Amino acid sequence: MLQIFSDLASWLTFGVMSLDPNTKLADAIHFFIEDTTKIFALLLLMIYVIALVRASLNVERVRDYLAGKNRFVGYFMGSGFGAVTPFCSCSSIPVFLGFTSAGIPVGITMAFLITSPLINEVAVLLLVSLLGWQFTVIYVLVGMSVGMLAGAFLDSIRAERWLQSFAAKALEQGQAQASHDNNEGMTSTSMTLTERHEFAKGETLEIFGRVWKWVIIGVGLGAALHGFVPDGWIEAHLGDGQWWSVPAAVLIGIPLYSNATGVIPIMESLIINGLPVGTTLAFCMATVAASFPEFILLKQVMQWRLLAIVFAILLISFTLIGWIFNAISPIL
Amino acid sequence: MLNIKVLGSGCAKCTKTAEIITAIANEKGIGISLVKETNPEVIMDYKVMSTPAVVIDEKLVHWGSIPHRAMIESWLVG
Repeated sequence: MLQIFSDLASWLTFGVMSLDPNTKLADAIHFFIEDTTKIFALLLLMIYVIALVRASLNVERVRDYLAGKNRFVGYFMGSGFGAVTPFCSCSSIPVFLGFTSAGIPVGITMAFLITSPLINEVAVLLLVSLLGWQFTVIYVLVGMSVGMLAGAFLDSIRAERWLQSFAAKALEQGQAQASHDNNEGMTSTSMTLTERHEFAKGETLEIFGRVWKWVIIGVGLGAALHGFVPDGWIEAHLGDGQWWSVPAAVLIGIPLYSNATGVIPIMESLIINGLPVGTTLAFCMATVAASFPEFILLKQVMQWRLLAIVFAILLISFTLIGWIFNAISPIL
Repeated sequence: MLNIKVLGSGCAKCTKTAEIITAIANEKGIGISLVKETNPEVIMDYKVMSTPAVVIDEKLVHWGSIPHRAMIESWLVG
């Protein structure tokens, strides 16, 4: 089914532009056209369908669901909801405080917030179409594990000690009145099909409007890598998964801020060019999950010490992920 | 004179929400005083988790998206 995008790219590149198929330029342009048309078509279709299904899921519901849950169920559900619940990263702070003041432990809230940028419908869609099912499943499992383990770790060191004082107070109050007196009316929604359609239409336009330029940038960089980095260069220099290449990839990834949509086409190109899977994953996750703007926002609710701990956890886990996958990918 | 607060941590959608409300109020000649509230502690006190949210005369009327024109008109006139 996806072959049609490749055919379209061939027709435009070799037919309409009559480029010689054996040149680097033709290769890069073909890659660019195939990937952008494929991604745009899939995005429009799938964002709409997914939004239709999850129209009535929102952060308020998730909060009510997580409040009063057993811790271990909580880490799993927190991370799972982080993957599927739509919410804009500019809402992180209100979401953090909303969860906290409902008495939800910091670890569960952080499991939600860490998983959220790593896994979302756009990322999964791109991974499946560009890198296949197997890789996607691995990516999702790893992303959720990072969220869950980081959350459990934060609770085990009693991270709530290092919240800003007003947030700590809200958490205490929330846990004291752990009885379920939820804000009625804010969560009870049953939607008609028309409402769902309106929501899905809005979501599609909104998300597409936000991510299309990332796709162009990501695929453009991917195409440049694809066409102009000499064949075998990456493979020759980094292909053995040299141990230092993983922490280096993480360190390069952090100041680069992107969302998953922009990075995945680059991942595709890196892997095709022979960069080991573990190194690629580490780079991608560091780019997506650890960004300075977002950390500065979290400063409003966390003291520096906690902020530094969260940051360190992410760095260490991405590096470990890279090493583990480089070690096991030859046998997968 | 309606006291309106737009709650949100300064994202593009929050700015847009404030702009639309101001524009519609001007168009209808309704006096409002609009404040953009970005302090997370205050936002928490209104129990809001999805921004932008709109508070009119201390009553939370909307949250989670940029409000539609019809909604804004009903708040201003109603």
